[in-house]
Amino acid sequence: MSALVLDKVSRWFGNVVAVNDVTMTIGPGVTGLLGPNGAGKTTLLAMMAGFLPPSSGTVTIDGEPVWRRTDIYRQIGLVPERELSFGYLTGRQFVRANADLHRLPDAAAATDRILGVVDMVEPAARRIDTYSKGMRQRIKIAAALVHDPTVLLLDEPFNGVDPRQRMHLMELLHQLGDDGRTVLFSSHILEEVERLARHIEVVVSGRHAASGDFGAIRRLMTDRPVRYSITSSDDRALAAVLIARPAVRSVSLRPQGGLDVQVSDLGTFASELPTLTRSHDLTLFELSPSDESLESVFAYLVDR
Amino acid sequence: MNGTIIRLALQALLGRRRIWLLLALPLALIGLTALIRTLSSDPDAAWPMISFLGYPLVLPLVAVLAASSVLGPEVDDGSIVYLLSKPVSRHAIAISKWLVAWSATLVVGSLGVFIASLVAGGGSQSVGWLVAALAAGTTYSALFLALSAFTRHAVVAGLIFVLIWEGLAGGFLSGVAWLSVAQWGIQIGHSVSSSLDSPVNLTWALLASLAVTVGGVWFAGDRLRSFVLTGDE
Repeated sequence: MSALVLDKVSRWFGNVVAVNDVTMTIGPGVTGLLGPNGAGKTTLLAMMAGFLPPSSGTVTIDGEPVWRRTDIYRQIGLVPERELSFGYLTGRQFVRANADLHRLPDAAAATDRILGVVDMVEPAARRIDTYSKGMRQRIKIAAALVHDPTVLLLDEPFNGVDPRQRMHLMELLHQLGDDGRTVLFSSHILEEVERLARHIEVVVSGRHAASGDFGAIRRLMTDRPVRYSITSSDDRALAAVLIARPAVRSVSLRPQGGLDVQVSDLGTFASELPTLTRSHDLTLFELSPSDESLESVFAYLVDR
Repeated sequence: MNGTIIRLALQALLGRRRIWLLLALPLALIGLTALIRTLSSDPDAAWPMISFLGYPLVLPLVAVLAASSVLGPEVDDGSIVYLLSKPVSRHAIAISKWLVAWSATLVVGSLGVFIASLVAGGGSQSVGWLVAALAAGTTYSALFLALSAFTRHAVVAGLIFVLIWEGLAGGFLSGVAWLSVAQWGIQIGHSVSSSLDSPVNLTWALLASLAVTVGGVWFAGDRLRSFVLTGDE
């Protein structure tokens, strides 16, 4: 059981602030580090893994600072986003080299065990430069797990991995979290984080925007005002009907036809809309969220 | 020292196309020396190939290629984190990498210069060049390893050091010899064969070579300890 603690951590590069006064504690179980691209996730992970000194603040694992500490890697397993450039090695050679570097008492057995865990036994005899993206990802995870670390840090582990392998990786990480390991993975995809992590840390533009279990954050996200664009058989009539509902905050007619609707209570709106339109003899042609991008979700969280 | 790092560094050195460039340099030198020796009636005509091409140019070039092959690409693309995210002393990593670069420099570079000098005429002068090339090869490999750990333009920086500083500046400023790896090596070679110059004194040459070698490897290890992984974003 290990706890990774960030205390008032900032990191700047020249006059660009990449991480701004972040305080968080990552405990056992699976934690998702969620944020749009460029939010500072990689910078945070690099500091947690001891590959970047914080400009101010401290990063510690079980009370020990991480920067310039070689011994800390007995506890940490790191899966960087970077591609493997060890293309001239076979998968097995690469994982075995990692086991040897950790001076595991039985490196061969540990290598075999972990190749089985990530389901890479059969391709392990091939050179890494023949691997697909998903296979590389799994061999990287095998290399990070071969010494049975208590803290596992993964940077965008599902990027480029096909859906079946993604399921498999998720199960694996889930299992590791249930075993009491501290597993932290970064992602910019809400659904990925939702499916895997119980605890979520949201970073936006280098700031720690939200923290908590997924339900709470999801509620924050779904309770926010959402904009929809709607086209129907009679836009003006539909606008009159909608503006009468408490769940709707504003309706406007678009010059080229169609409606812009701002909704304050997404759940109620979604359940009301079909009955409303049917009872008024209206037909909906199109209903689409106009600001469902993750950035707008994050922007909303930051504003709160 | 770490066996696994040595093995990986050897694979990095031998598994890439650069090894052919590394081997081609001394082979070309030997070939050219042989050509001049056969074409010229003067028995000493081929010696300048050693003193102007082989020793001051081919040897450091081999050293910079070898040193940057064992460290450069991994630092460049960040995949050195796979080695560094291990509880292995950074200095052990640097020493292991240096051992590989050093052996390659001596076997390919110093031995290449020695063989070319045998072709050029042999005798005690050849032994002198061998000693000089072994000494300078050792110092160069550590110096260029430190450069590779410090900048991603290690090959360019190494070439500038060799061509501009040791070559050009050394040509018309005799004082540069005191700060020239090649001249230290020649001084050490001079103690074996007096046909080599004596640009500085032996104590200085030995101490300076030792200091740069130890310092270079230590510095490379210290840089690795402070290795910073930057994101793609």
